[in-house]
Amino acid sequence: MNYLQEILVISTALFFIGIYGLLTRRNIIAILMSVELMLNSVNINFVAFNKYLYPNSLDGIFFSIFIITIAAAEVALAIAIVINLYRNHDSVDIDSTTLLKY
Amino acid sequence: MNYAQYIPLLLALPLLSFAILGIWGRKSLKKSSGIIGTMVLLILTIISIAVATHYFFIGEKLNNGYQTIFALNIPWLDFGYKNLSIDIGLLLDPISVMMLVVITVVSLMVHIFSLGYMKGEERYPTYFAFLSLFTFSMLGLVLSANIFQMYIFWELVGVSSYLLIGFYFTQPKAVAAAKKAFIVTRFADLGFLIGILMLGIQAETFDFLTLIERLTNAESTAYINMHTTSFLGISALTWALSLVFVGGAGKSAMFPLHIWLPDAMEGPTPVSALIHAATMVVAGVFLVARLFPIFHFNHTALNLVAWTGALSALFAAVIACTQTDIKRVLAYSTMSQLGYMMFALGVSGYGGESGLGYTASLFHLFTHAFFKSLLFLGAGIIIHAIHSNDLKDMGGLRHALPVTHLTFLIACLAIAGVPPLSGFFSKEEILLAAWEGNRMIFTIGLLTAGLTAFYMFRLYFLIFWNRPATKVISKEAPASMKIPLIILAAISLVAGFIPFSQLVTTDQQPFKSSFHVLFSIAPLLLVIAGIFTAMHLYKNQGEKAAHLAQWFGKFYQGALHKFYIDEVYLFITRNIIYKIIGSPAARFDKQVVDGGVNGLGNGTRFIAEKIKALQNGRVQWYLLVFLGGILILSFIFIGWNKI
Amino acid sequence: MDTSKIIFYLLGGFILGMALLAVTEKKIFRSAIWLLFALIGIAGLYFWMALEFIAAVQIIVYVGGIVVLIIFSVFLTHQAEDDMPKTGLSRKIAAGLAVISGAAFTIQLFLNNDFNLSAIPFDSDVARIGTAMLETGDGGYLLPFEAVSMLLLAAMVGCIVIAIRPEKSEKNDSENPPSFSNPPTRNPEPVEGILY
Repeated sequence: MNYLQEILVISTALFFIGIYGLLTRRNIIAILMSVELMLNSVNINFVAFNKYLYPNSLDGIFFSIFIITIAAAEVALAIAIVINLYRNHDSVDIDSTTLLKY
Repeated sequence: MNYAQYIPLLLALPLLSFAILGIWGRKSLKKSSGIIGTMVLLILTIISIAVATHYFFIGEKLNNGYQTIFALNIPWLDFGYKNLSIDIGLLLDPISVMMLVVITVVSLMVHIFSLGYMKGEERYPTYFAFLSLFTFSMLGLVLSANIFQMYIFWELVGVSSYLLIGFYFTQPKAVAAAKKAFIVTRFADLGFLIGILMLGIQAETFDFLTLIERLTNAESTAYINMHTTSFLGISALTWALSLVFVGGAGKSAMFPLHIWLPDAMEGPTPVSALIHAATMVVAGVFLVARLFPIFHFNHTALNLVAWTGALSALFAAVIACTQTDIKRVLAYSTMSQLGYMMFALGVSGYGGESGLGYTASLFHLFTHAFFKSLLFLGAGIIIHAIHSNDLKDMGGLRHALPVTHLTFLIACLAIAGVPPLSGFFSKEEILLAAWEGNRMIFTIGLLTAGLTAFYMFRLYFLIFWNRPATKVISKEAPASMKIPLIILAAISLVAGFIPFSQLVTTDQQPFKSSFHVLFSIAPLLLVIAGIFTAMHLYKNQGEKAAHLAQWFGKFYQGALHKFYIDEVYLFITRNIIYKIIGSPAARFDKQVVDGGVNGLGNGTRFIAEKIKALQNGRVQWYLLVFLGGILILSFIFIGWNKI
Repeated sequence: MDTSKIIFYLLGGFILGMALLAVTEKKIFRSAIWLLFALIGIAGLYFWMALEFIAAVQIIVYVGGIVVLIIFSVFLTHQAEDDMPKTGLSRKIAAGLAVISGAAFTIQLFLNNDFNLSAIPFDSDVARIGTAMLETGDGGYLLPFEAVSMLLLAAMVGCIVIAIRPEKSEKNDSENPPSFSNPPTRNPEPVEGILY
C-alpha cells in the first residue's frame, strides 16, 4: 500500500505547525523547539520520497542522517547564544532584542 | 619670400613667454621675468621690422602692388555645412604688416617702461605674463586670415584686457572697471558674431580673401543674395555689416559703447598706454579696414561708420575739456582720435586716389599709437612723482621733470596737429578725405581738431605751468623709464614723413598723395587758436577758466558728468534687466527648479518616515513577511495554473 | 482497513497533537515534554515505515540529546517556574492565517500531483547504509561524512567559546576599588578568542 500522500500531509501539517510556533512564541527557547519540529518534518519528507519514489538509492536516508547531525550542532550553538544573551540582557524574551532598527 | 616662415614665431614666442612666466614666474623667476618679457619683445620687434622692410621695400610687387602672402594655412574645424571651416591661417598684407610694427614697437616700449614702473610690485611676473598674453592675442588678431580666427583672438584680447585692468584686484574700483570693460565689449561681440555668421553663411566661407572676393563680385550668388534679401526693410548685407561694426564699435569705444574706456584707466598706466591707447582699441578700426571692400558696396553701413566716428570724436572732445583726472582726459582723447579714424574710413572711396580716407585712417592709427602711448607713459611718470591722478594737485612741474616735460610737449604738439610733427600729416589727410567725401563730417572734424588742441594744451599747461612748482614726492624716473619716452618722441617727430600712400592703400596699389598747402590753412588756424586759448586760460593761475565754465552753465555740468551716459546705463540695467528679466528668472529658478529638486528630496524623506516602521528589529515580524512573500510568489508562479 | 492503516493514523494523530500542544503550551517545561513526545511519535512513524536505523538515530540524537539540551538551557536561564509571556492576539491571527493558507496551498499542490510510484521494495539494511557512508565512488557519502565531522568539531569549539564565562578579578583592593579609571587587571595569559 502506498501511503506517500498521507505521509506528506502529516509532514506538511507538522511543518506549518512549526512555523506557527516560530511566529507566535516569545521565548527564544520555545522558538528553537518550533524550529526542531520543522526540521523533523523535512526529515519525514526525505525518507518518504526515498522509500516510495527512488528505492534504488539511499540518498534520502543519508540526507536525514546529516540533517539530524547538523540540527544537533545547530541547537547546541543556539543554546550557547541564548545563554550569552541571557547574561547580557537578563531576559530571553525575543521582543527585548529589537536593537537593530531605526 | 622665405621670411614668411618666421611669422609663426611671432605668435609662438609670446605664447611661450606667457606660459613660462605664468607657471614659473612667481616661484623662481621673480626678478628676471621682466627681462625675459622684454627680451622676447625685442626679438619680436626685430622680426616685425625685418618683415616690414622686406615686404614693403625689398620684396617683389604684384601688378605694381603688394601681394598678400599666406604664412600658414592649416585646416582646423570643419563645420560640414556649406563648406564652412575655420582654418588657422596667417595672412600678410599691407595693413597687417603695418600693425605688426605698431604693436611690437609700442609693446616693447611699454615693457621697458614697466621694468622700472612696476618694480617692487609683488605680482611682477604675473604682470609680464599678462603683457605677453596680450601681445600674443593682438598679433594673432592682426595676422588672422580667417574671420572666425580673428574673432577668437578678439575675445582673447578682451580677456587680456580684463586681466590687466583688474590687475590690482584688491581694489573694488579696479575689479568693477575690469568687469565693465569685459561685459560691454562682450555684449558688442554678440553683434560681431551674428554678423560673422551672416557673412560666412552667405559667402560659404570664413576666409577673408575668399569672403571679400565673393561679396564684391557682382556676379556671385553671395553678392546677389546679400543685396536682395531684406529684413525689416534693410538688406541683409547692411544688417551683417552693421552688426560687425557694432563689434568693432565696442572694442574701439565708439558712442554709445564707450563707457568702459574711461573706467579702464584703473589699470596700471603702462597697460593703459599699451592696450587702451595704441593697440586694442584700434582693433575695431582694423576690422573695418579689413572688410573695407565689402563695406564699400554698402553705403548705409559706411554712413553708419562715418557718423558714429564723427559724433564720437566730437562727444569725447567736449567731455575731455572738463575732466580733471589726467588719465581720463587722455582716455577721452583716445576715444576722440578713434572717432577720427572711423570717420576717415567712413568717407573713403575705393581704388587709387579715392581711397585716401582709408590710407589716412591707417596713417593716423600709426602715428596716434606712438604719440598717445608717449602721453600715457609720461602721465605715468607724473602720477608716480606726485602720487596723485588729479590735475588739482599738479602744476609747475617743468623744472622737476625735464625729460617728461619735453616729451609730453612733443606729444601734445603732435596730437594737436602742429607741423612738422606726425600728427599734422595724418590729420590733414583725414580732413582732406572728409572734404572730398562729406562736407558735414568735415566740419565736425575741423571743430574737433580745434577742441583737441585746446584740451591737450589745457592738460599741458595745468601740469607743467599754472602754479609755482608743486612738491614732487618721488624723483623723476630712472633711465629705463625715460628711454621709451625719448624713442617714442623721436618717432613722433619723424613718422609724418613716411609716404604712407605708397605703402597702405585700399587695393594694394601705391599712389602719390599730394600735399595741399592752402587746404591746411583753416585747420592750422583753429589749432593755433585752441593752443592760445588754453595758454591764456591756464598758463598762469587765475579765475578765467572758472568764469568760462560758469558762463557755459548747465552744458559745462553735463560735460563734467560725461553727459550722464553711465547713469542711463545704470537705470536700464537696474530697472529693465534686473527687475523685468533678472528677478522673475531668479524666482523661477529658486521656486520651480530648486523647489522641484528639494521637493524630490523631501518627498523621499516623507515616504521613508512612513515606511521605516517596517524595519522594527523584530525577527518574527521579518519571518512573517518572508513567509507571506514566499506564499504570494509561489501562488503567482506555481499555483496560478493549478487553481 | 487493516492494522497498518489504523496504526498509521494513530501515529499521525499523536504526532500532530503533541506538536500542537508543544507550540501552544504556556509553561516552557511542559512544552519541552510535549516536544519530546512528538519526537518519539516521529520515531514511531519511522519504525512503521520500516526504517529502523533512522528511527534509532532519531531517538538517540533528538530525543536523548537535543531535548535534554533544551531542558538544560531552560534551567540555565531560570525559566522553569514562570509562565511564558503572552503574545498579542493580532500576532496570533496573522500567523494563523499565513500558516493555514500556506498549508492549504501546499497540500492541494501535491494531492493533485501524480507521483510515479515505484514498485520495488525498499531495502534499508544497516550494512548497506554503512557501506554507502564510507564509499568514495558513485552513491558514496564519504565526503559529506568528513565535512559533517569537521562541522561538529567547529560547532563544539564555537559553543564553548560563545558560552564561556569571562574571568572575574580575584583581587579585593579596598584602596582602589575597580572602576572605570582603575579597571581590574586581567590574567596575563590571554584567553583565546574572547569576544568581549
